[in-house]
Amino acid sequence: MSDQPTLVQHAARPPRPSGVSNALVFGWRAVLKFKHVPEQTFDLVMGPIMFTLLFTFIFGSALAGSISNYLQYLLPGILVQTVMFNSMYSGMGLSTDIGKGLFDRFRSLPIWSLAPFAGLMVGDVLRHLIAGLIILAIGLALGYRPEAGVVGVVAAFILLVAIGFGVGWVFLVLGMLIRTPATVMTLGFAVLFPVVFTSNIMVDPATMPDWLRAIVELNPVSHMASAMRGLMTGNANASEVLTALAAPAVLTVILAPLTRWLYRRE
Amino acid sequence: MDQPIIADRRPDAGNGEPPAVLARGMTKSFGALKAVDGIDLEVPVGQIFAILGPNGAGKTTLMRMLATLTTPDAGTATVMGHDLLAEPQSVRASIAMTGQFASLDEDLTGRENLILVARLWGFSRRDARARADHLMAAFELTDAANRQVKDYSGGMRRRLDIGASLIVTPGVLFLDEPTTGLDPSARQRVWRMIRRLARSGVTILLTTQYLEEADQLAARIAVINHGRKIAEGTSRELKAATGSGFLHVTLADPAQIEAASALLEQRLEAPVQHNAEDMRLSVKAATAASASDGVAALVAAGVELSDFSMGSPSLEEVFFSLTGQMEETAPEDVA
Repeated sequence: MSDQPTLVQHAARPPRPSGVSNALVFGWRAVLKFKHVPEQTFDLVMGPIMFTLLFTFIFGSALAGSISNYLQYLLPGILVQTVMFNSMYSGMGLSTDIGKGLFDRFRSLPIWSLAPFAGLMVGDVLRHLIAGLIILAIGLALGYRPEAGVVGVVAAFILLVAIGFGVGWVFLVLGMLIRTPATVMTLGFAVLFPVVFTSNIMVDPATMPDWLRAIVELNPVSHMASAMRGLMTGNANASEVLTALAAPAVLTVILAPLTRWLYRRE
Repeated sequence: MDQPIIADRRPDAGNGEPPAVLARGMTKSFGALKAVDGIDLEVPVGQIFAILGPNGAGKTTLMRMLATLTTPDAGTATVMGHDLLAEPQSVRASIAMTGQFASLDEDLTGRENLILVARLWGFSRRDARARADHLMAAFELTDAANRQVKDYSGGMRRRLDIGASLIVTPGVLFLDEPTTGLDPSARQRVWRMIRRLARSGVTILLTTQYLEEADQLAARIAVINHGRKIAEGTSRELKAATGSGFLHVTLADPAQIEAASALLEQRLEAPVQHNAEDMRLSVKAATAASASDGVAALVAAGVELSDFSMGSPSLEEVFFSLTGQMEETAPEDVA
């Protein structure tokens, strides 16, 4: 036998790592994906650029009299919209991992059961920050001025990440249930489009018919966009921010245990 | 003689040691389908044990239950002394599973895949890299270490996948159809690796639908079909249980295979097994006289034979005589 492989040295099990350590390793994996799947980064960069420019220049003058006025209203909302759509990535990735049998490897390892999902969330948070900063940069270049300054922007981005975290669980659950990533995306759009567009992200509901305004004002996405505006202009109040956080909190409380149950079922 | 693949490990198959796998009454249904229906299994430490059966027999489901991936509906089991249901994390800490489809991240490089698993086990960054490089070298993947797994061949994936299962030396290594879809030389390579692993003390439980694979590798074989164990023993015992000799004839003309089969079946009063690919018919023949009678009948009927022989049954014949199944088609494998 010519190709006798070299000996594999026996390796003992190191001390058991913490759940946080497991989660960070999965986070490292999410970061590696940025390097190895450049097309994903391209989507991530192009999407927000297109949306921001498109809405600003097409609707700007008509809706708010001037482009810079409209940008002042639109930008915080477009951040929310972008984060919600970007939350789909993890669900699609999860669906791929399960379909390819990769999750069998993770499930047969003695690790914290939520660690793989926490890792996906790390990837999500990075995506949200990258997309958010791109949008902010474009906004600033076009004349957007956050009146609350750096502190307001930082606070708004923290809220933004919390929103992405909450919404992310919806797609993780879908990713566990649906075996084709494309279906996760289609279903994601079907859910997100009505929720995102019947909100106050693009248009002030004051101009809407009563019935539609009632819906828009109930929509949690409207509360998220309002709180973002409040934080970035410096006139947010605590109840506004807490209302914006309600939906992500409820989603996390319900869907994180559901995700864990789905992971261990069978 | 193959060298043990893992050094520094004493083969510790002593007496009085609890078995590596001990399962009783394992049962699992998917809807109305009973995938696994009350299977008992006992695998001693350090043995290669094969679960042999056609597609859909329940092999994969049985293995997934033992690897904590699927919860049994009924039954109890211990793996390396740990109770499957009560201490699943302890079971996970003492096993590794290589599934039917490579459990690898295709976007990552081969080396990154191994580092990922090593880090999840708790290796430090530096130790994880060292372990990954060591395993890449041992499995002859060093040249491809920094290539994404999506560019790997089937054989390379399988090697990497088994490598990922050896980051920490497992007590029991589960291999689900380790050579399905591999070409003959890649298959030989995986077989050699499995033997060397077993020689170094790792218990190996593998599923296969290839009789040759079970025959070549396993010290013991459990034959399962429709979720039940229908036989168990060494390859020799299984062959002996099928009893008497077999007449094998190889036809020169494929067009005559149906007629020849009917004739043999009638003359020897036993079911005839076809192997259309190599135009071979096999039939149980109690005595040399009845076998020669069968051959004579074929010749008299004008059937052209390129070869005939009398021998003990192959494992394939054992399998067919146990399952009573004449063709290999079966429902899709569940789960």
